[in-house]
Amino acid sequence: MTTTARLAGGLACPAPAVPTERVLLGHGSGGKLSAALLRDRFLPHLSNPALQQLGDAAVVQVFDGDIAMSTDTFVVSPIEFPGGNIGSLAVHGTLNDVAMMGAEPKFLSAGFVIEEGFELDVLDRVIASMAGAAREAGVPLVTGDTKVVERGKADRIYINTTGIGTLEGTCRPRPDRAQNGDAVIVSGEIGRHGMAIMAAREGLGFEAEIESDSAALYPLVARLAGRFGAHVHVLRDPTRGGVASALNEIATASRRGLVLDEESLPVPEPVAAACAVLGLDPLYVANEGIMVVMLPDRFADDAVAALRGLPLGAQARRIGRVVDDHPGMVVMRTAMGGTRVVDMLPGDQLPRIC
Amino acid sequence: MKFLDEYRDGAIARALAAQIRRTATRRWVLMEVCGGQTHTIVKQGLDELLGDAVEMIHGPGCPVCVTPLEQIDKALELASRPDVIFTSFGDMLRVPGSECDLLQVRARGGTVRIVYSPLDALDLAVRNPGRQVVFFAVGFETTAPANAMAVWRARELGIPNFSVLVSHVTVPPAMVALLSDPANRVQGFLAAGHVCTVMGWTEYEPIAVGFKVPIIVTGFEPLDILEGIHLAVRQLEEGRYEVENQYARAVTREGTVPARTLVERVFQLADRKWRGIGEIPASGLALRDEFAAFDAERRFTLGTASVAEPAECRAGAVLRGQLKPHQCPAFGRSCTPEHPLGAPMVSSEGACAAYYNYGRFRAPEPVEAT
Repeated sequence: MTTTARLAGGLACPAPAVPTERVLLGHGSGGKLSAALLRDRFLPHLSNPALQQLGDAAVVQVFDGDIAMSTDTFVVSPIEFPGGNIGSLAVHGTLNDVAMMGAEPKFLSAGFVIEEGFELDVLDRVIASMAGAAREAGVPLVTGDTKVVERGKADRIYINTTGIGTLEGTCRPRPDRAQNGDAVIVSGEIGRHGMAIMAAREGLGFEAEIESDSAALYPLVARLAGRFGAHVHVLRDPTRGGVASALNEIATASRRGLVLDEESLPVPEPVAAACAVLGLDPLYVANEGIMVVMLPDRFADDAVAALRGLPLGAQARRIGRVVDDHPGMVVMRTAMGGTRVVDMLPGDQLPRIC
Repeated sequence: MKFLDEYRDGAIARALAAQIRRTATRRWVLMEVCGGQTHTIVKQGLDELLGDAVEMIHGPGCPVCVTPLEQIDKALELASRPDVIFTSFGDMLRVPGSECDLLQVRARGGTVRIVYSPLDALDLAVRNPGRQVVFFAVGFETTAPANAMAVWRARELGIPNFSVLVSHVTVPPAMVALLSDPANRVQGFLAAGHVCTVMGWTEYEPIAVGFKVPIIVTGFEPLDILEGIHLAVRQLEEGRYEVENQYARAVTREGTVPARTLVERVFQLADRKWRGIGEIPASGLALRDEFAAFDAERRFTLGTASVAEPAECRAGAVLRGQLKPHQCPAFGRSCTPEHPLGAPMVSSEGACAAYYNYGRFRAPEPVEAT
């Protein structure tokens, strides 16, 4: 933004532009600049008793029982997108991996790799959004680390997060526990995150802006675990590779077949339209705020109702079932009445020519 | 969704399929020219709905698949040059050249960028004046107008660092080549709706009359395809051989005149080799001499060695409709999307990819005697 001072005679003199404050290599040196970065940029957003100790490690209370632990590294580009940024994503992604084991997320750690020259105001937004996501989920970030690398050695900012959760009750979902006769449920609409990223990355000006679905799923898990306990056979958040890849992994791990009903798939209209233009299949598009649930058919209606009781699960629905036929394979009944295999992709989906 | 849901109604599809089965007094052999239509058929299981009434043979209309190996190798060579930003539609990145593919070139340090329009590539050239930006101009008549526009704009704006590697092909000569082959079994065609959106259908009229084949200009949604099949079967049963337009919401007889005009101004007909099929006279588009400055093959010195396809790959027979993908001995064994022998296994419009990705669990049919 430029401020303009009016001078006598109507001449305008633009004030010199203030250079954007940027991350310097010295911010990673361990010296005064590092301390200032921590004090001025990280702690104001993330502060909590464990983090404030600023020791070499966080000291937290130990639990009597099993814990679930997961780590994930986030390198998304662009780092800001409709519905979130790399900070909130790094919190949601790891918390959800912990929650998919039926665990209640308790602690987070975060490691940052920052490229020299990264704008400090963007860093502020990333940390603020990270703090907001952690606060909303009720999970403190108890320890962290920051490294700065030379310009060109990283793409702006990478974040690694690790989450720890506690396992109580009887709910122990695992991909290999899918059973013949289980219903397959998704907790929300599919394809939003991947299409939001693609639209932001490529500057595709779609008429309706698609927002990422990035969200913490534990509240939905808690509902299912509380009501159905050990009957919840499988929970999975279909991130990279989308619903199709997640279901293939479950089919392979459990040595069961899955049958999907195409007409029941909740694909929001803007996602369907964008996919149609680009020649992509929404089943393979990444999600960051939905999960796949498998539990015995007799509980399916109640489970869908339970999920719908929370805003995050309002679009929950049954999309298929687990069978003993064609083990390791996902088959879809098409809207036309035909059938087809829904396979894993060899790599990323690539937009087609025409 | 408007203009989409209406054409994906399962109940109407089943009714149309039943009507096709009632109309057919014998088994007819039809070819859908376009790979996009092949994918709709296999993805939606439309072939299953038709029973014995119609056999669908999958045609050569996959631009990625028919781009000759030499052109792919030229693309790989260009993309490897440090002074070049090579731009392409996403489809081309996994297509195997004789040594590797564009994704591997990128991993080795080449600059390869996916674009959604050739005009984006032109924009990239404007923003990177210190580097050569090359766009891989492949495709049928559908993509030709946008590619012509990029070259036209480049000349208008005087962009010195933009060029195109052209591998354009056109549909009618390929149909004539297929019909002239003694091994041809095709009795009727579904013509590619998007090609006809640009070109109209006048060029198909002499083919329909000359070879006595119904040609139905057909869209890409399930109901479009079933309706196109129904129109073709009705003509065959009644002994008519005409061009009919199923895709009336997008196609007129004359096509899109401004687009055609631009294509004619920038490109001229040229002999073109089709991967797996061979050279077809006057079946391709090449830049006219006045646009030669934007031709990557003239701007850069590129290797021209003719390379042999892997003998195991029978993409040619698949592209000519003489072999169903799963009848190929390599299908799903030595040839998979992870390790493709030929382009049809990796293109999003390739018949082999459609069979592999959507239909692998079906029992393979025995290979027909040739």
